[in-house]
Amino acid sequence: MRAPLSWLAEHVDLPEGLTGRELGEVLIRAGLEVEKVEEVGSDITGPVVVGRVLAFVDEPQKNGKTIRWVQVDVGPAHNEPHPDYAQGCRSVVCGAHNFAVGDLVVVSLPGSVLSGGFAIAARKTYGHVSDGMICAEDELGIGHDHTGIIVLPDDAGLQPGDDPAGVLHLRDDVLDIDVSPDIGYCLSIRGLAREAGQNLGRTFTDVIDRPTPPTKLDGYPVRLDDPACPLFVALGVTGIDPSRPTPRWMARRLVMAGMRSISLAVDITNYVMLETGQPLHAYDASLLRGPIVVRMAAPGETLVTLDDVTRTLAPGDLLITDDSGPIGLAGVMGGASTELRDTTTDVVIEAASFEPVTISRTLRRHNLPSEASKRFHRGVDPDAAYSAAHLAARLLVELAGGTLSAAETVAGAVPAMPVQAIDAGLPSRILGLDVPPERVVEILRASGCDVELDGHRLSLVPPTWRPDLVDPYDYVEEVGRKIGFDKLPSVVPSAPVGRGLSAGQRARRAIGATLADAGFVEVLTFPFGSAEDLDRLGVPADDARRALVRLANPLAETAPYLRTSILPGLFAAVGRNTSRGNDDLALYEAGSVFLAGDGSVAPIPSVSGRPTSDELTAIEAALPRQPRYLAAVICGQWRRPGWQGEAIAAGWPQAFAFADRAASAVGADVERRSAEDAPWHPGRCAELVVAGEVVGHAGELHPDVVRAFGLPERTAAVELDLDALVRLAPGAGSIRPVSGHPVAKEDVALVVPDSVAAGAVQQALVDGAGELLESISLFDVYTGGHVPAGHRSLAFALRFRAPDRTLTDVETAAARDAAVALAGERCGAVLRAF
Amino acid sequence: MPGDQPADLSQTAIDDLVAQALTAFADAATGAELKAARLAHTGDRSPLALANRAIGTIPGPERKDAGQRLGAARAQVGRALADREAAIGAAELAQRLASERIDVTLPVELGPEGAQHPITALMDLMNDVFLDMGWEVAEGPEAEGEWLNFDALNIGPDHPARGTTDTLFVAPIENHVVLRTHTSPVQIRSMLDRPLPIYVVCPGKVYRADEFDATHVPVFHQIEGLVVDQGISLAHLKGTLDHLARSMFGEDVETRMRPHYFPFTEPSAEVDLLCFVCHGASVGNPDAPCRTCRSQGWIEWGGCGVVNPRVLAAAGIDTDLYSGFAFGMGIERTLMFRNNAADMRDMVEGDVRFSRSLKGMAR
Repeated sequence: MRAPLSWLAEHVDLPEGLTGRELGEVLIRAGLEVEKVEEVGSDITGPVVVGRVLAFVDEPQKNGKTIRWVQVDVGPAHNEPHPDYAQGCRSVVCGAHNFAVGDLVVVSLPGSVLSGGFAIAARKTYGHVSDGMICAEDELGIGHDHTGIIVLPDDAGLQPGDDPAGVLHLRDDVLDIDVSPDIGYCLSIRGLAREAGQNLGRTFTDVIDRPTPPTKLDGYPVRLDDPACPLFVALGVTGIDPSRPTPRWMARRLVMAGMRSISLAVDITNYVMLETGQPLHAYDASLLRGPIVVRMAAPGETLVTLDDVTRTLAPGDLLITDDSGPIGLAGVMGGASTELRDTTTDVVIEAASFEPVTISRTLRRHNLPSEASKRFHRGVDPDAAYSAAHLAARLLVELAGGTLSAAETVAGAVPAMPVQAIDAGLPSRILGLDVPPERVVEILRASGCDVELDGHRLSLVPPTWRPDLVDPYDYVEEVGRKIGFDKLPSVVPSAPVGRGLSAGQRARRAIGATLADAGFVEVLTFPFGSAEDLDRLGVPADDARRALVRLANPLAETAPYLRTSILPGLFAAVGRNTSRGNDDLALYEAGSVFLAGDGSVAPIPSVSGRPTSDELTAIEAALPRQPRYLAAVICGQWRRPGWQGEAIAAGWPQAFAFADRAASAVGADVERRSAEDAPWHPGRCAELVVAGEVVGHAGELHPDVVRAFGLPERTAAVELDLDALVRLAPGAGSIRPVSGHPVAKEDVALVVPDSVAAGAVQQALVDGAGELLESISLFDVYTGGHVPAGHRSLAFALRFRAPDRTLTDVETAAARDAAVALAGERCGAVLRAF
Repeated sequence: MPGDQPADLSQTAIDDLVAQALTAFADAATGAELKAARLAHTGDRSPLALANRAIGTIPGPERKDAGQRLGAARAQVGRALADREAAIGAAELAQRLASERIDVTLPVELGPEGAQHPITALMDLMNDVFLDMGWEVAEGPEAEGEWLNFDALNIGPDHPARGTTDTLFVAPIENHVVLRTHTSPVQIRSMLDRPLPIYVVCPGKVYRADEFDATHVPVFHQIEGLVVDQGISLAHLKGTLDHLARSMFGEDVETRMRPHYFPFTEPSAEVDLLCFVCHGASVGNPDAPCRTCRSQGWIEWGGCGVVNPRVLAAAGIDTDLYSGFAFGMGIERTLMFRNNAADMRDMVEGDVRFSRSLKGMAR
């Protein structure tokens, strides 16, 4: 809603000199979202004055145009001497012809700046030096008209040289307000003026001053067949002169309010709507056929709306009809068949009340936001209809020369407003500020409510323009808004002792911090994807990741599914990075994936109380499974070559290390087993096992996948079920005593067939060595030399220590031999001589 | 000197040996030369050692005197050796330290530079503000039942936000599963699942069928707070938001609670922050426009209000006994204000330079 300050000032006694910006501040604190205050016309500077046309000559030009060479009296302060005119004048070239000698016009003289920064200077054109410009509406920013220049009325007492700003309504402050859905009454000058008056403590004069009379059907016949239209006022005005123009002041206000001037009769209905909030519709009475009936649409009915679009109506669309069928989509848009023509002389003015929900459904069904539907779907004061219709009728009489028919129709009645009773102390309790009952009563009465105070109980009836006042807390808000939220104290509530983060939350925090410390960079990607992503990953048809959840209205048709793997999103992030020259990457993301459930319907229980446990269970069952996954992709160089040493290529070892670090962050160990799974290289993929459960996979990507996603060669990746890892993490561990006795070190090199995993050999050594073994580490993998083909030598460093004594050489050797023996037994390992 | 000759254990002879040793030590310039001198003058085959061995051959009364003479001489040589060793050691250490000077400005690294995403870090930081007050962190699914996302929050079936232009629906729409448009369903879950009183924050990812530009992303993060307790008022909400604002933006931050409308709160408000950049000076001053607040003076931070009793009722909470407040704000927006992030698109494109832009406590 765009509200000119001058218009508001006609309805509320604003303090002298109050600016739009100052009023805006007041309204903001009262809960109106004043998005901006436009200082209209403030960009026009310099000498823009009234001029009287003294003489002109029409001069045809070679380009086919005829220009006027005009002498214009711009007052003693601005006139230059001229041989023909004692008082002097200015000479100006003008392209328009809609004026005569003696007319008053608007002249912008050299040095002035017009709307949009258009600077005026004396300039040579069409063989003359034009000493300024005669202005059209658009050049002054007061209208869209450029068909001719502005001719000022003769009866305004203007003299050459006067400032035309007043008569042109050039300067105004326009408040641009985004009205929230609960206060539809503020989509009007009336409503905003009321808020301004109440919040400034100034007198508001209500333009709606005629009580709605009881039903009478003396005027145009109207029948209401549906409760969604409780009230319909119809007034007839005959004999209007369709050639009358819209007066400048009205056109100016419409433009400032963001509408266009169309024709006098239409402008009047729009003007009254802006002023009162009551949308009006005017029918050409000669085009109406029989009584107006308001009813719901029948299936298959159609209507050509004012915008010349044929609309197929749905049951649930409320219609205005006559004998010819639908003539309007109630509260949304009128029909073309009865719209005003430039020949219309007799009109029927409709001012009706429609149920907001009905209008809201229709406007969405037909995607037809209009000035009328914007108001009706928020709720329009039904008691304003009768007065608004009369305001429009009076303007048609005064400005268009029409005659108001004495016979009028008021079908239906203003619905009763709901009664509410609240404890007078409720506002104090909910606001956290002591508001005495008398003050509550005073505020609510000022807001238009009927209030009865009986002991501690307030009996309340809201005014007809406040359909938002229903529940007790609605009244609390009204009291709070009028006091001002800035008056409330600021009190931090005392929570009971909390338990801190849950174990899972702590675990996920630890994992994130650990991975970042280890050199991995977290990114956040959109969790959408396509089936083609899975094809490119090489995911088989029966894989769990094919349980895709499709969106009904995806953001992009190329990514209509929710992700079942984080990896494609990370691969895309790799692409964005490498295209920007970030080549060495270790990206990770933790987030939900979505695995389709049974496709059941989530119920919509009543909101009157807690849903049953069956209903809640059914909602859960309808949701996709949404485990949190953790994934990483690694490519380029893990360490760049530098003065400290050679480059280390990034690849599968870091993918494995990523899983190890994530697990160790929560105290778990990962066992890796050779595995085959998409999208990994079949010989370079490990399944990640925690506490006996496979939680994910890691390794080098399959070359086909690398190619399909355009990734750098040898890119590695890991993806695991983060929730599972956290669930499988051990609880608090126990600390082994630290022995102060000397360590005994033994190195062994074992030759094993290539098919034997190092991990298996190590496990055999650990099991064979017994409890004296303190630690073991693989330090060399060797092939060639004396190692037979198809075999490799694995060298382990073993450290033995006893908690209570120094180990003898014999003890150490025995433990080592036992370890090697078990490795031989289990893995066919043979001790290699150094 | 060494030989099979009987040792001369006279004072003169011993003094001579001592003098030779002291000279040799003094002449030694390096550790290696001193080692050679030490072997020559104190080693097993040195004259003093041989003399010492010869003491046993000396008869009767003279043996004691000779022993004393020799002992004193060996002690003197030993002291001289230790002194010289210390002096040479110190000189050599000084020389070594001088020669081992490094360039401390060389780049060093333990490994690649990792980082948590600024959104994650900020979310943790905001959670911590509430954890420190005794609140807990509640979580819930991103694909959510429509009832939890809308109906239970007093967003009726005809509310425009429930349309496909605003909300992403899981197909088919009739199954009533949506991608949550706010973390408010977690508030409902908290009210359904947790014992009263409730003090929780609900951080997480949310979805809107929104445009994708510098200030809008269709997938973003929110943190919402919910308190349900006896005697809770709007003043408590104000206190909580003031505390959060100070924790996020410093003690000087100025907040404003402005009445607004939300279906799930009544009274409702929006919370604004006084512009950090212009402090309101850009309002009505076209010569000094402010990009941060678009010359509005205030920056809209989030929405809040007293929980609508209809919402409490839908979760089965006795509205005669309990009241509550709720608030919510975007993490991305907060990051923009707090850390001057200019373009929201950077937050979702995965560029490592964005992720690495804030370190440690500088978050």
